[in-house]
Amino acid sequence: MTREAGVAARREGAACWRPRLAEGTAPVLVVLLLLLVGLAVTGPAYDEPSGYLALLKRAAPLMILAIGQYFVIVSGGFDLSVGALVTAGVVIAARLIDGDESATTGVVLLVLGFGLLVGLVNGLVTTKLLVPSFIVTLGMMLVLDGAVFLWTDGAPRGALSAGFRTFGRGSVDVPLLGEVPWSVLILLAILVAAALFMRGGTGRALVAVGDNEAAVRLSGGQVDRLRLLAFVLSGLLAAVAAILLGGFAGVSAQVGNGLEFRAITAVVLGGVLLGGGRGSVVAAAAGALSLEALFTLLNLLGVSGALESAVQGVIIIAAVAYAALGGGLRQRLRWRPKRNSTQPAPS
Amino acid sequence: MSVVQENVSPVRPRTGRAAPRPRLTPVAIVYLALVALLVVGSVLVGLRGEVLLDQAGILNILTRAAALGLVAVGQTMVILTGSLDLSVAYLIGLTSLIAAETMAGRDGMVVPGVLLALAVAAGVGLVNGLVITVLKANAFIATLGVALILRGYLEDNYTGPAGDVPRGFQHLGYDRIGPVPVAALLMLAVAAVAWWYLSRTRPGYHMYAVGGDIEVARLSGVPTRRVVVTAHVLCSVAAGLTGIYLASRLGSGAPYVGTDAGYDLESIAAVVLGGTLLAGGRGGVVGTIGGVLILATLDTIFDDLAVDPFFKDVVRGVVLVTAVALYARRMTARRARGRLA
Repeated sequence: MTREAGVAARREGAACWRPRLAEGTAPVLVVLLLLLVGLAVTGPAYDEPSGYLALLKRAAPLMILAIGQYFVIVSGGFDLSVGALVTAGVVIAARLIDGDESATTGVVLLVLGFGLLVGLVNGLVTTKLLVPSFIVTLGMMLVLDGAVFLWTDGAPRGALSAGFRTFGRGSVDVPLLGEVPWSVLILLAILVAAALFMRGGTGRALVAVGDNEAAVRLSGGQVDRLRLLAFVLSGLLAAVAAILLGGFAGVSAQVGNGLEFRAITAVVLGGVLLGGGRGSVVAAAAGALSLEALFTLLNLLGVSGALESAVQGVIIIAAVAYAALGGGLRQRLRWRPKRNSTQPAPS
Repeated sequence: MSVVQENVSPVRPRTGRAAPRPRLTPVAIVYLALVALLVVGSVLVGLRGEVLLDQAGILNILTRAAALGLVAVGQTMVILTGSLDLSVAYLIGLTSLIAAETMAGRDGMVVPGVLLALAVAAGVGLVNGLVITVLKANAFIATLGVALILRGYLEDNYTGPAGDVPRGFQHLGYDRIGPVPVAALLMLAVAAVAWWYLSRTRPGYHMYAVGGDIEVARLSGVPTRRVVVTAHVLCSVAAGLTGIYLASRLGSGAPYVGTDAGYDLESIAAVVLGGTLLAGGRGGVVGTIGGVLILATLDTIFDDLAVDPFFKDVVRGVVLVTAVALYARRMTARRARGRLA
């Protein structure tokens, strides 16, 4: 039925062609496209692909964080601990490596393991002790912030090895494309994996948990295990982001400051519903890229850095209001074309 | 019914014995925990040859509690309504600046300064409430967005402290009656008014109703939008009072006085620690004050013990999660008991 309609629509011409996108993806892609066009118009650096590649490289950590945050949000939770986790990852890596090149591999694995562990604790406390995830991850944020600096006596110490920093700032020669930053490759791998994961059964079940937990439970879904998985993925991806940011921006105690809210903003900008059950992971990543592109554009336009956050504030309110109110608006706009396209179908 | 009873007969004696015991509400737990904390803290501090609850100690605890308490009382109302306010921290900075700049060291401008700061706070609360109710934005995002806008304004216009509070107004920040600071009394008075409002008036009941189930409340004729907006306005006014108090204490306005102390998340933590459900509909101001006092006492004890400040954060995080886990466990236990009976 839908396929026939689709065929009919395609026959009618390009006017009725609609790309197959998950619900809510289209607006953020439009916004992203506008921002990229804006960049191309204002910035001379954006005349060639390398400028966009640099943008993607800069956006990669936030996009990866947004993908992780997406898993948690779509299943109906919050992860406020990712910012502190990024800081913790960088500080731990710097102290353990301390400039020693041979320690790199072990420490990378350790940081990833640490992220996994933090996610596991978040998930277990949320699902087993029935504490709201907002509180659990807020507590985790306090614990991580305190514990890491307790361990390093208040200021980050040590140094990252060149090998460790390669992931964040190095690039690799890819045939056909030329020099591509490592972080972009890592980002693409994660994005593709996440998109495939969300198309599979587990991914769909995860969205269903956010939509109606009781229904999933009654139909035999492992609600607790799914939510646990979401937190573990979020922790793991935050650790990846920490490795990239450590390489890109270096060691500092502020590296993860506010990243949790920025990641949530990105996810919401991608049209993902807070409270779960709706939205796509690609849109969440696109939201993060839009946010980064927006900051770049504001920079190019000479808007003072201070106003950046005000603009960010206006935009997320607008995005959420559009998602909440736009539904009715869209339906009213779509009403006529829909009728036109259904009319010819039977004839 | 009889089938159910047969099923649960093995557990029956245990629940039967538990029932007559006076049931511990979260509020009772909070204050018991506070007393326990004071006892343990006194012993620990006593081992170092000092006294926790001497004049200075009490003053210290209550001074710490005053600012956080004011914000947390407002936050309680918002959370009870099923909402959340992440904008309070920047609002505190903003109102401290407005108050201090309006006063500009002149005694005659104290009242206008206070009123203007409170009016701006109420306006911000109104915006919060309207964005949530009219634009239908999620409270988390709406108040985060407003917080970012306030932050942009502050960062764009201020680099450091500004304004000047007249000497006369500093009495609010430093005067005390015995070991009790005036500001703590102000905080308690605000809390008392909030308690009366929430538990003795119709609009207060409506807040619980909206927080419990907004659809049911709406269908029963509660003006849900008005209730949510009111809660946000009251919360912001409480944050405004905090800003004014901090301005009087600092002698000037400071843009980041609210965010440095993390009053946004800290106040939410205090409310939840006090036994109010984050989802809304259950809890109250009395528990919140207990939560605030626990956090303030913890800080004072750690200061007396000269504990690493970073350790404080760790303990605070653990305490917060443990407390909420305890409440959640009791809730599910009670619900299970209710289902069985």
